[in-house]
Amino acid sequence: MKNIRNFCIIAHIDHGKSTLADRLLEYTKTISKKDQQAQVLDDMDLERERGITIKSHAIQMEYMYKGEKYILNLIDTPGHVDFSYEVSRAIAACEGALLIVDAAQGIQAQTISNLYLALDNNLTIVPVMNKIDLPSADPEVVKDQITDLVMCERDSIIPASAKTGLGIEEILQAIIERIPAPKGTEDAPLKALIFDSVFNSFRGIIAYFRVMDGEIRKNDKVKFVNTGKEYIADEIGILKLDKQPRAVIKTGDVGYIISGIKQASEVKVGDTITTKDRPCLEAIKGFEDVKPMVFAGIYPVDTDEYEELRNSMEKLQLNDASLVFQPEASAALGFGFRCGFLGMLHMEIIQERLEREFNMTVITTVPNVSYTAYLTNGDIMDIHNPSEMPDPNYLERIEEPYIRAQIITKSEFIGSIMTLCIGKRGIIVNQNYLTTDRVELQFDMPLAEIVFDFYDKLKSISKGYASFDYHPIGYQQSDLVKLDIRLNGDPVDALSALVHRTHSFEFGKKMCEKLKELITRQQFEIIIQASIGAKIIARETVKALRKDVTAKCYGGDISRKRKLLEKQKEGKKRMRQVGNVEIPQQAFLAVLKLD
Amino acid sequence: MAGIYFHIPFCRQACHYCDFHFSTSLATAAEMMEAMCAELLQRRDYMNGKTIQTVYFGGGTPSLIPSSAIERFVNTVRNEYLLHDEAEITLEANPDDLSDSALSEWKRIGINRLSIGIQSFHDEDLSYMHRSHSAGQARDAVQCARRHGFKDLTVDLIYGTPTMNDERWLENLAVLEDLDLPHFSAYSLTVEPRTALQQLVRTRALAAPDDETAASQFNILMDWARSHGYEHYEISNFAKPGRYSRHNTAYWKGEHYLGIGPSAHSFNGHERYWNIRNNPDYLRRMAQSLPLGEGEVLSSIDQYNEFVLTSLRTQWGIRLARLQELFGTMFLDHFMLEKSAAEKQGWLKYDGETVVLTDAGRLYADHIAADLFMAKGGQ
Repeated sequence: MKNIRNFCIIAHIDHGKSTLADRLLEYTKTISKKDQQAQVLDDMDLERERGITIKSHAIQMEYMYKGEKYILNLIDTPGHVDFSYEVSRAIAACEGALLIVDAAQGIQAQTISNLYLALDNNLTIVPVMNKIDLPSADPEVVKDQITDLVMCERDSIIPASAKTGLGIEEILQAIIERIPAPKGTEDAPLKALIFDSVFNSFRGIIAYFRVMDGEIRKNDKVKFVNTGKEYIADEIGILKLDKQPRAVIKTGDVGYIISGIKQASEVKVGDTITTKDRPCLEAIKGFEDVKPMVFAGIYPVDTDEYEELRNSMEKLQLNDASLVFQPEASAALGFGFRCGFLGMLHMEIIQERLEREFNMTVITTVPNVSYTAYLTNGDIMDIHNPSEMPDPNYLERIEEPYIRAQIITKSEFIGSIMTLCIGKRGIIVNQNYLTTDRVELQFDMPLAEIVFDFYDKLKSISKGYASFDYHPIGYQQSDLVKLDIRLNGDPVDALSALVHRTHSFEFGKKMCEKLKELITRQQFEIIIQASIGAKIIARETVKALRKDVTAKCYGGDISRKRKLLEKQKEGKKRMRQVGNVEIPQQAFLAVLKLD
Repeated sequence: MAGIYFHIPFCRQACHYCDFHFSTSLATAAEMMEAMCAELLQRRDYMNGKTIQTVYFGGGTPSLIPSSAIERFVNTVRNEYLLHDEAEITLEANPDDLSDSALSEWKRIGINRLSIGIQSFHDEDLSYMHRSHSAGQARDAVQCARRHGFKDLTVDLIYGTPTMNDERWLENLAVLEDLDLPHFSAYSLTVEPRTALQQLVRTRALAAPDDETAASQFNILMDWARSHGYEHYEISNFAKPGRYSRHNTAYWKGEHYLGIGPSAHSFNGHERYWNIRNNPDYLRRMAQSLPLGEGEVLSSIDQYNEFVLTSLRTQWGIRLARLQELFGTMFLDHFMLEKSAAEKQGWLKYDGETVVLTDAGRLYADHIAADLFMAKGGQ
C-alpha cells in the first residue's frame, strides 16, 4: 500500500488535461508513443470532438523511483458542471490532485469549484503550470493566482509543457513525494467506493472502484450497499490500457469488477461495495441519487419511428443511468418521451448520440427545469412539463430550483455581467478579487434562467474572459405563469413555457418574433399569438406566399433547381403540422435563441 | 433531336440580377474563342452522330464578340457535326449592339433567330436592373432587326421590379402588342444568391421585389397573352401557335444537348456534364489538356424528378403514358398518389391522360413539383 498513489487531475477545458495525461502514460511506458492515439483517455468520438472528457475513466501506471516500483492510479474526472457529482466521487477516491492551470489563461471558475471540492476532501494539491512554452504565457501572474488559492510556496509550482514534455518527470516525482500513500485497514471488512461505470455490450456493466478497507477477491459474493443488490465478482482486475484480470485487489488500490449486471441503473456512482459474508458496518459517505435537472421532450421526426426511438433510448440508458425518460404525447408532435438530463450539455450529448449511434433524427422541445407545485388541497406535484401546470385556482404556490453561480472574470466586465445576471433574476451574494484585475462573483439565480442562453451571453459580453460554474441550492417560491403559443388559433403544446410573470410580456413578444422568422411562408396567412390563459399578449403575422415558381429553367438550371427542390422536400419531412401550419424543427427550440 | 449551346462568357456591364456566368474583362475574349472552338472539335463524339437541330448562342452577351468568331463556330458545327438544313440558329443580343453592320453579318453567316434582351421599355426599370441600354434603344432594336430580314424574333422582359407597378407593366405589354412578335419571354425578377442584387437588397441599397406584386403582374401577363393570341407554353415563355423556341423546348423535353464554353451544361440522356464556371481556369485547363468540368450520372429518381420539374412547367404537361413508359409503374403510382393534393387545391387539371398546371397552379409550380418528386431513398 505504501507504494500506491491515487490522484486525479483538476483542470479547465483546454488547459491541457488530456495531453498531459497522455504524457504521463507515455513517460511511465503504459503506452508506447507509436500506438498512442491522440488523447487516449477520451475514447468516445464525441468526447474527442468536443475536447472534453464526458465520462471519467481510470488507468494504472508503474514508475520506478529511487529503486522502488510505484503504482500510480490516475482517476480521470469529467470537466463540465453537468457532471459535478461524478467529479466529487472521483475526488473522494484519491489522496491527491494535479491542479493544471494554463500559463496564459490563468485560473477559471471550473477549476476553482473542483479545487474547493478537492480541498474539502483533504487532497494534497500538486500545482502544475502548463503551456509555459506559449508566447502569451504570463507565469508570474498565474503563479500569484495559484499561490493565493492553494496557499502553497511559489517554487512548489511545477512549470510544464505537455506539448513538449517539459516537466513531466518532475510531475511524476512530485506525485510520489508529495501525495500520501492511501490509508486503510487491510484486515477490515471490504469497503470499496464505486466512482464510475461503463457499459460493455459483451460483458455488461463494468464498475470502477477504489478499495478503502479490506480486499476484494475473484468469485467473492459482493453486495452493493445502497441498492442492496448482491452479485458474484465474476472478474476483477486492474485498468491498464486494457483490463487486466487479477485474483485480488487490495486496500488502497483501484480496479474494476464485472458481475453480469445488465442495467446501468443498478450501478450507482458513489455506492459502496462490500462482501455478503462479512459486510462493512457503514457505507462510504457522500452517496447521492443523481436527479435530473433539465427536462425536455424528445420526439421522432418520423412518427412511425416511435418504437425505434424507445429501443434506442433504452439502449442508451444501459450505459447512461443518469438519463431518465417516460412516454409523453403532444398534440403537435405525436408520441415521444419526456426526458430528464443532468444539464444542457448532457441533453445535447444524448441528442447527438441518438443521431450518431442509433441513426435517429429527433425533435427536441424547449427544455425546462423541474418545478414543485403546492396545491390548495395539500398535494405536492413535481412538474416536468409546462402542460402539467395545475389550474391556477387550485395552486397554492409554485417553487423553482435555484443555483449559486460562480463567475470569474476580468474586472472590466463586472458591470455588464452584473446587468446580465440581474436581468436573469440573479442576486449577488459575493464579490472577491483574486488578483487586482480578476474577480470572482457569486450570484443566486433560478436554474431556469441559466438553462437557456445564459452561458453564450456571458461569453459574448465578457469577450470570452469569463468562466462559469454553478451548484444547486434548493427550491424557492416564484411567481410563474404558463405562456402558450397559438398558430392560426390552434395552441401548440410543445411550445408552451413556464416563465416569471415579470418577464412574460417580453418573452411572449420575442417568441412571436422569433417564430415569425423561423416559420416559412405558406400559401396562406399564419397568425402567431402568445397568450397567458385566454389573454393574448403578443401577435405576429406570417404573410401568405403568393408565388413559388422559378423564373428561368434552362440547361444548367434544371439540375440545380431539382437539387434545391429535393433538399426542400427533405426538410419538409422534418416539419410538424399543427392544423394546416407546417412548423420547422428549429421552431421547437426557438426559445433558446431569443434576442 | 439534339442541340448545341455556346456560352459566351463576357458582358459590357453586370446586370444586378444576373446569376449566369460572365466576366466584364474582355482581355481574354480572343483566347476564349480559340479555346471554345477547340472544345467544339474535341467533343465531336458527345452527340453520338445525332443531327443537330438547334444552335444557340447565349451568355453573357454573344452580341459583344466579333461576328467572325460566331461565323467560325457556325462553320465548325456545319463541317464537323451533322447540322440540319433547317436548323434553328439563335443569337442573344443586347439592344445597344444591334448595329446595321452586325445585323447584316449575322444574317449572312446563318443566324436565323434573334433573342433581344429588352427587359423593359422604361428607363427607371432599366437603371434598377443596371442594364447597359436605354428604353429608346429597346424600342428601336426590334424594327432594326426586322429591316435586316430577321422574322424569328423574341424579346426578354422582366416584371415584378420594385420600380414597376401594374399600370407600367401593362404599358410594356402594349409596346409588345405594337411590335407584334412571334415569341417573347417574361421573367419574374428573382433575387438569386451571389448576385449584386442580393447584396444591394441585403444592405437596403435597393428595394426587394415582393411576391404580391409579382403574382399580380404574372396574372396580368397570363390574361394579356391569352387575349392576344399567344400560347403560354412554358412558365416564362409565350409564342404564337407553332412559333416555340425549338432549342429551349428541347431542354424541357429531355432532349440531348452539348454545352460549349465556361459554365455550359451538357446532357446525353443519362449524364449531365458541366464546365468550370471560371474564365481563366477554363483557359488553363484547355491549355493543359485537363478535363473542363465534371459530370454526374442521373439516377432514375433524378431523371424522374427532372421530368416532373420541366414537363410540369410546359403547356403540354405530364402525359401519364409517357411517364409510365419512361419510368415504370412504381413511379406512375407514386405520381398518381401525390398529385391529388394539388388537384384538390385547383392547381392541376387531369383529363384522364395528361396532367397540366392551371393558371393558379402556375404560381406554385415549384411547390407542386417538389410534392410530386420521389424522395431520395424511397417514397
